Amino acid sequence: MTVTLPPNSTAPAPKLQPTGWLRYFSFSVDHKVIGLQYLVCGFVFYLIGGALAGAIRTELASPVADFMARDVYNQVLTLHGTVMIFLWIVPVVNGAFGNYLIPFYVGARDMAFPRLNAVAFWLIPPAGLMLVASYFITGAAQSGWTAYPPLSITTPATGQIIWIVSVLLLGGSSIFGGINFIATILKLRRPGLKLMQMPMYCWAMLGTSILVVASTPVLAGTLVLLSFDIVAHTGFFNPSLGGNVVVYQHLFWFYSHPAVYIMVLPAFGLVSEILPIHARKPLFGYVTMVYSIMAIVVLGLIVWAHHMFTSGTPPWMRLFFTIATAFIAVPTGIKFFNWLATLWGGKISLNSAVLFSCGFIVNFVLGGITGVALAQVPFDIHVHDTYFVVAHFHYIVFGGSVFVIFASIYHWYPKFTGRMLNEDLGRFHCALTFIGFNFCFGPQHWLGLNGMPRRVAEYDPQFTLINQISSVGALLMAISTLPFLWNVIHSAFYGKVAGDNPWNALTPEWLTSSPPPVENWVGEAPLVKEPYAYGVPIDEIDLSATSGRDLWSSGK
Amino acid sequence: MTSTLPVQPDSTDSSEIESTENHGHAAEEHGDFRMFGLATFLVADAMTFAGFFAAYLTFKAVNPLPSGAIYELELPLPILNTVLLLVSSATFHKAGQAIRNSDHARCRRWLLITASLGIAFLISQMVEYFTLPFGLTDNLYASTFFAVTGFHGLHVTLGAVMTLIVWWQARETGGRVTAQNHFPLEAAELYWHFVDGIWVVLFVILYLL
Repeated sequence: MTVTLPPNSTAPAPKLQPTGWLRYFSFSVDHKVIGLQYLVCGFVFYLIGGALAGAIRTELASPVADFMARDVYNQVLTLHGTVMIFLWIVPVVNGAFGNYLIPFYVGARDMAFPRLNAVAFWLIPPAGLMLVASYFITGAAQSGWTAYPPLSITTPATGQIIWIVSVLLLGGSSIFGGINFIATILKLRRPGLKLMQMPMYCWAMLGTSILVVASTPVLAGTLVLLSFDIVAHTGFFNPSLGGNVVVYQHLFWFYSHPAVYIMVLPAFGLVSEILPIHARKPLFGYVTMVYSIMAIVVLGLIVWAHHMFTSGTPPWMRLFFTIATAFIAVPTGIKFFNWLATLWGGKISLNSAVLFSCGFIVNFVLGGITGVALAQVPFDIHVHDTYFVVAHFHYIVFGGSVFVIFASIYHWYPKFTGRMLNEDLGRFHCALTFIGFNFCFGPQHWLGLNGMPRRVAEYDPQFTLINQISSVGALLMAISTLPFLWNVIHSAFYGKVAGDNPWNALTPEWLTSSPPPVENWVGEAPLVKEPYAYGVPIDEIDLSATSGRDLWSSGK
Repeated sequence: MTSTLPVQPDSTDSSEIESTENHGHAAEEHGDFRMFGLATFLVADAMTFAGFFAAYLTFKAVNPLPSGAIYELELPLPILNTVLLLVSSATFHKAGQAIRNSDHARCRRWLLITASLGIAFLISQMVEYFTLPFGLTDNLYASTFFAVTGFHGLHVTLGAVMTLIVWWQARETGGRVTAQNHFPLEAAELYWHFVDGIWVVLFVILYLL
């Protein structure tokens, strides 16, 4: 039951909401405010997680634990993993861009449940602060972001409990967000907009949200049981009390493998938005993209035990999970070739957004290849828990997701602020990040293949040189953040004025002013049925047809 | 489960209009999908239980009870509990029918019966807890039993509290639950049916298997 506003009516001014910069520190229910809250909050935690990574690489520049004590190193690497996953990538690729873009893409004025949306965001800063503060108060958790028992039961309890509470809050935030996205995409679409006409990011977020809703609660329940083991001395996962650690691993990876897709599926969607606009070509293979996303969602839920090939998994399980994992390469490959075909023959403008997207494609295919390799039991048993795994998943989460986050910031910054970013600084940032990233994580494949275990503060001196190369790469990545920070802060005040649609894009968020008004549109929301109809000369467009391209041209 | 009608501007329920306006939304622009959101949340909630059940069944398959450990369950009380919850689902349904006919008194009576049945369930569960021959930390099965039934008991507690809140909201004059706008009742009802359904699965897995 949906009634649209008459075209000439303007939306009522919202009451009880602060305006100006103060609204970014308020319990605002505006999806655009919440999106930017997610983005900036996530970036602050990215800097914290980056500092922790710097500490790790500094420690590993020499083979002995001279920079920090070994238990401090354990805390730092636990915090680094948890902060980067739960406070930077998941909130930003889902919460930030999802909240900002999805209501535009479905032609809505806000998310389906705006107050729930604000609650979901405001769970994050306290949870993050609690997590980081635990380092200074009692010592942080030491058992890594996986919190495997019995390690998590035997390491100091206070830090581990704070870690659990913090992850539970972040999981709750994630579930609330997922419910909101599902309701918004399925129920709040503008009348006339069919599912197969939505921009690809909607599909990516729908798939991601299904994964969030289906798998995050399992992690929450598991962590509650783990906390019972720690505080009430039950024995769910404690072998000395008759418990079963492998059950924890199963339940943990039932969430945490889909969590990989929760981190990269939205990135896939964002890249699929960016590339057609800057290549001036329609997105290649829209329908196959949609089915690939949904195939990844289904397969992503049944491959978790490939993280556990060395945990005494029975042969049938190894066989099943190897095959299921190999299958994921098919839809992922389809998407990869679709992006290449989108770029192929296009009139590509090589700006920062496209360069970061191309960096993503290169890094992600490398991470994907090592991923397929790791899914093979005979290979995995040799490199399990070595730096090969570290290199692999950093190629996915940094080379994949973080590159896309930067690409998206360069792409949507004009919409967020109404001003353009400096392209020269952006290209410099991209080059430095790409070089630093590959210097940092490329050599780690070699380290892992030669047997250097992960999560250790000290290592065999034969690995010193390669570790130092890796640390130099990390330093380059740290330096690459500086031009970016200068760029986003300086351009917010002095950047070139962007105008409503600097990229001549057809997706709905560009068909309103920059930054958009409260409630997104003055008057009725546009109905964009062909969000990727690029490459058609404007005078050949039939203006009487109701589709995205004539809205764009008539808006000119 | 049909969703409630969207709030009409001419509705007599002024507080509802005001809260809608505070969104900055025009009241009529879209339908009401709070029930859809709740149903999605219940899927997530069901997955938590699914995780617990999976853990319990795996424990059962691979971790034999150590010799000397005691893990025995009696059936009479859980069967009574099952009956209590199933009947309470029916009574909540009757309350929903009554409010649709604007029969506030009847609706409130059924709601009170529902909440009483829920509380009776909780008391009966407590009796079971205190008469069991094992405690929380005795062995793996005992711990899992208390974790799963305790988590379900939390749901029943929350559901009973919600039922009492709806009972208060359904009062004849000044209440927000009316024949036209009974989202709180509908939401609590769906939640209550969900909790009852989970109990049936729990009963089969923990007591019968």
